[in-house]
Amino acid sequence: MTNNEGLSSASFKVSGEVVSVHVSMKLEIKDSPGQLVAALTPISEYGGNIIAVIHQREPETSSDTLGVQIVLEIEHERLDTLVATLKRQGVNILRLGEERMLHRQSVIMIGHLIHTDIGDTIDRIDRTGFAEVAELNVQMPGISEPSTALITIKATTRSEMDRALDLLRSVATEKGLLIVEPLEEAER
Amino acid sequence: MRIAVLGLGAVGKGVLRVLGEKPELGLVLTGVADSTSAWIDPAGIDPQTVLDRKCETNRCGSEGRSAADILDSGAYDVLVEVTPTNAATGEPALTHIRRALGTGHHVVTSNKGPLAAAHTELEELAREQGVALRYEATVGGAIPVIHAITRGLIGNKFHSITGVLNGTCNYILTRMDDEGLTYEQALAEARQLGYAEADPTYDVRGIDAAIKLVILANTCWNLGVTLDDVSITGIDGLTVDALRLAADQDCTIRLIGEASPERGLLRVAPRVLPRSHPLVIEGTLNAVMLSTDLAGEVTLMGRGAGSIETASAIIGDLLSIRDRFVECR
Repeated sequence: MTNNEGLSSASFKVSGEVVSVHVSMKLEIKDSPGQLVAALTPISEYGGNIIAVIHQREPETSSDTLGVQIVLEIEHERLDTLVATLKRQGVNILRLGEERMLHRQSVIMIGHLIHTDIGDTIDRIDRTGFAEVAELNVQMPGISEPSTALITIKATTRSEMDRALDLLRSVATEKGLLIVEPLEEAER
Repeated sequence: MRIAVLGLGAVGKGVLRVLGEKPELGLVLTGVADSTSAWIDPAGIDPQTVLDRKCETNRCGSEGRSAADILDSGAYDVLVEVTPTNAATGEPALTHIRRALGTGHHVVTSNKGPLAAAHTELEELAREQGVALRYEATVGGAIPVIHAITRGLIGNKFHSITGVLNGTCNYILTRMDDEGLTYEQALAEARQLGYAEADPTYDVRGIDAAIKLVILANTCWNLGVTLDDVSITGIDGLTVDALRLAADQDCTIRLIGEASPERGLLRVAPRVLPRSHPLVIEGTLNAVMLSTDLAGEVTLMGRGAGSIETASAIIGDLLSIRDRFVECR
């Protein structure tokens, strides 16, 4: 579970809809102060979530440049704009890694979430290896009253998302929790 | 065309009021029964006199006579069956309807019980006898959704039906969303306004919506599904926080019935919908969205309950029977 993503990234969009991509890119930047920050700034400006920044000083690159590998998640439709912006700022993109589509789905969960071990509920999704709980927003009105959570699941394919939601439904049934799912648009 | 009305609750009274106010429709009342009395007159009964008598004595006709006497008399062309719904057995309406159809009479009903219990059997009986069974008033009150499925959109293949089918639940969810009321507060308010029964279980647990979904699904696809086939979740476990979390995303929660044989779906459950969705309607309104191959999506919205509103659906059924059957005789 990552907790560095804001609530704004939660979405009730149809589970089949691709809302973000997981992408790695290798950048060549000048090896001088401030250059790395300058390269990273557009990523956050376009709402990207930086997962890893790996510096590598490779023998074939000239001494005044630095190779940096960045792994990020960004809304699919914003990726092209980000790439164009980076190029315009003089950042050399040596390689744009393979994109991995990310599906996100939020559902509302109601019940005794804490007392039915919310850690276990999350683990059960995370342990699948193909899906993870990306976000959790829990509202607890008072002791012994049912709490309510917005839970966002992330998976790489539609069918994996469906399997993760099936799993969440069965965990909810087992723990006596109520799940409120978004209404999918009718298939046209 | 001669009409016999069985049942004199809100719906039956609404039908009689319309018959009294619109004599030009040519619908003549020849029999009427409530749970303790009946009145039969093949020459015609004045609907207003029945309503006055019911109001004064709480009986519409003579003691010792009953619905069975009307059915025995055969002095009617169309039976209007509007007795209270029994979701478990469909009785006594089921017996009334079987009897009328079996003796070659058309039937119009607002009663969900018999359709939930024996839709296929009753349709077959009507077909054998060459008469009509019409039930527009069972789903969505005044909304002509059954007409839309069986007439207006005939020739379409239906992909799915999605709808807000219970006005009580929709009212409660609207109030929780708009005013931040708790479920209990919104339910208490709905009771006070007469939108919820003293025992609201049937509505808030999603059973009423599920029965209507079964009727719609059987009308669309004729698969003979029953209430037991529906996965049902009610609104009684919803919290204000759930509506607030949905509102943060510019969404809200409504009790949605959803049927689609293609997707193996027959479900009633609270669902999250964007506020801009056509099924996000306010108060006690109902709405049904039909997804079809030719027409695309068609959404009908209107008053899902009420004495005169439900009478509108019954009168529509009566006149469509007259146009189709009676005038060409």
